[in-house]
Amino acid sequence: MDWLNNLVGPTVARGIFQFIGINVAFVVVLMIVAYTVLAERRVLGFIQGRLGPNRVGPGGILQPFADLLKFIFKEEIVPDKSTRFIYFLAPFLAITCALMPIIVYPFGPEIHIPGTRIVFPLVVARFDVALLYVLAITSVGVYGIALAGWSSNNKYSLMGGLRSAAQLISYELSLGLSLVGVVLLSGTLDLYEIVGQQGGWHGLRWNIIFQPLGFIIYLISAIAETNRVPFDLPEAETELVAGFHTEYSALKFALFFMAEYVNMFTVSMLATTMFFGGWQGPGVSTFPLLGIFYFLGKVICFLFLYIWLRGTLPRFRFDQLMNFGWKFLLPMAILNLIITATVVFFFGT
Amino acid sequence: MLILRLLVDPDRVANTAPTKHMLSLLLQALPTNAAPVAASNANGAGSPLTAYWPVMIFFVFAIIFPVLPIVLGRLLRPNIYQKEKMRPYECGIDPETEAHDRFTVRYYIVAMLFLIFDVETIFLLPWAIIFMGDDFTFTKFALLEMFVFLGILVLGYYYAWRKGALEWA
Repeated sequence: MDWLNNLVGPTVARGIFQFIGINVAFVVVLMIVAYTVLAERRVLGFIQGRLGPNRVGPGGILQPFADLLKFIFKEEIVPDKSTRFIYFLAPFLAITCALMPIIVYPFGPEIHIPGTRIVFPLVVARFDVALLYVLAITSVGVYGIALAGWSSNNKYSLMGGLRSAAQLISYELSLGLSLVGVVLLSGTLDLYEIVGQQGGWHGLRWNIIFQPLGFIIYLISAIAETNRVPFDLPEAETELVAGFHTEYSALKFALFFMAEYVNMFTVSMLATTMFFGGWQGPGVSTFPLLGIFYFLGKVICFLFLYIWLRGTLPRFRFDQLMNFGWKFLLPMAILNLIITATVVFFFGT
Repeated sequence: MLILRLLVDPDRVANTAPTKHMLSLLLQALPTNAAPVAASNANGAGSPLTAYWPVMIFFVFAIIFPVLPIVLGRLLRPNIYQKEKMRPYECGIDPETEAHDRFTVRYYIVAMLFLIFDVETIFLLPWAIIFMGDDFTFTKFALLEMFVFLGILVLGYYYAWRKGALEWA
């Protein structure tokens, strides 16, 4: 790798590494997302005492690709009364906003390539406002859903879109406030730095130890943010057909579907990074590459929790959902912030 | 409050990550002898402008990724126009009214409340970063300031609750 450094200079060499990093992270995340869909169907099947998809390939392992092919070959129906430009724009907005945050998460510690002087951290883009970037991008995601609901010119879609927008902005507040507690403890918005501070003491420096209330608030808000059971009001199929994507079919439906799962993945990555020590784990200091497995393992545990919840819990009613968010979660988040600030003030380093 | 603090004690505020970042961006734009400040970075996060290059590249990726299958699908899928098929879906019944009808004003109230509390969250983030520094008197000041700020906010929240803005039934 030194020859690369000598040939094109350190800036371009770093650029090339980052480009490779982007590709690898992109493919890994998309594969995990595709198999989350399959895992969800299999696990739900087992919870409900049936088998789930198991015919395409051994144990249904090729099912995601079969689904993709089916989505590509299906006819697409665009309602005559829809506002065409916005109708086409909405799914792109949803999936792009879902994908954008994945590059700032640290997948592992600094890796030293043997035989060279090159040391680079396993994070594609590292900058000191990473957390702010994540919050900003995820809050743009609500536009995709609201615009999809409005532009379809369908009553079910409009209702679903409005509900979804109200739900997302309500729970975004407690989501953001629950993360301020962690920022208070670590004093930085740089996710790599936050993970670095949680190392050592056999896992007792993970932020979950100091922020149990903050974590619970974050987890509940994150489930609501991704429109998952028990907060899947926007697509409550018993009353709203399919909610905001009633009029979407074929690939555009697939994009919304994928955006939901990518969002699940990113909020799980944020939970791991902020509360569960990211790539920290036993033996990481001697074998840095283990960090990737710890990180992805923790994220997969969260994804399993999502599926498990879907298999067990019934749905909220909409007024219950709004009351819970505004009258319980938000005051609790503010309380958590005040307690954290006071404790940090008295027992801070 | 931050601006006030900046006037009183610029060095302290300037040494925290986000302000330092903003300052270095500002200084980079200036043609003066500010280059050393811009080049140095506290925690090795790369120089401010090159650190955002991956975001730009990834943005292109995230655009191409959904466009590609859509274009591919357009070439492969059947496309037969039928007027009946393109009607709004209402469980097979002919829609009698437009969908863009009036809807409840509560969504509007929620949006306004959201705006207030979201601005608060954004304000809390820089506060949380500079809260725990070396200067103990500043930490005390920051804690009291935040209690005053949250107090005013909670007062407004209580008012909204009593007025029934949070009721949804």
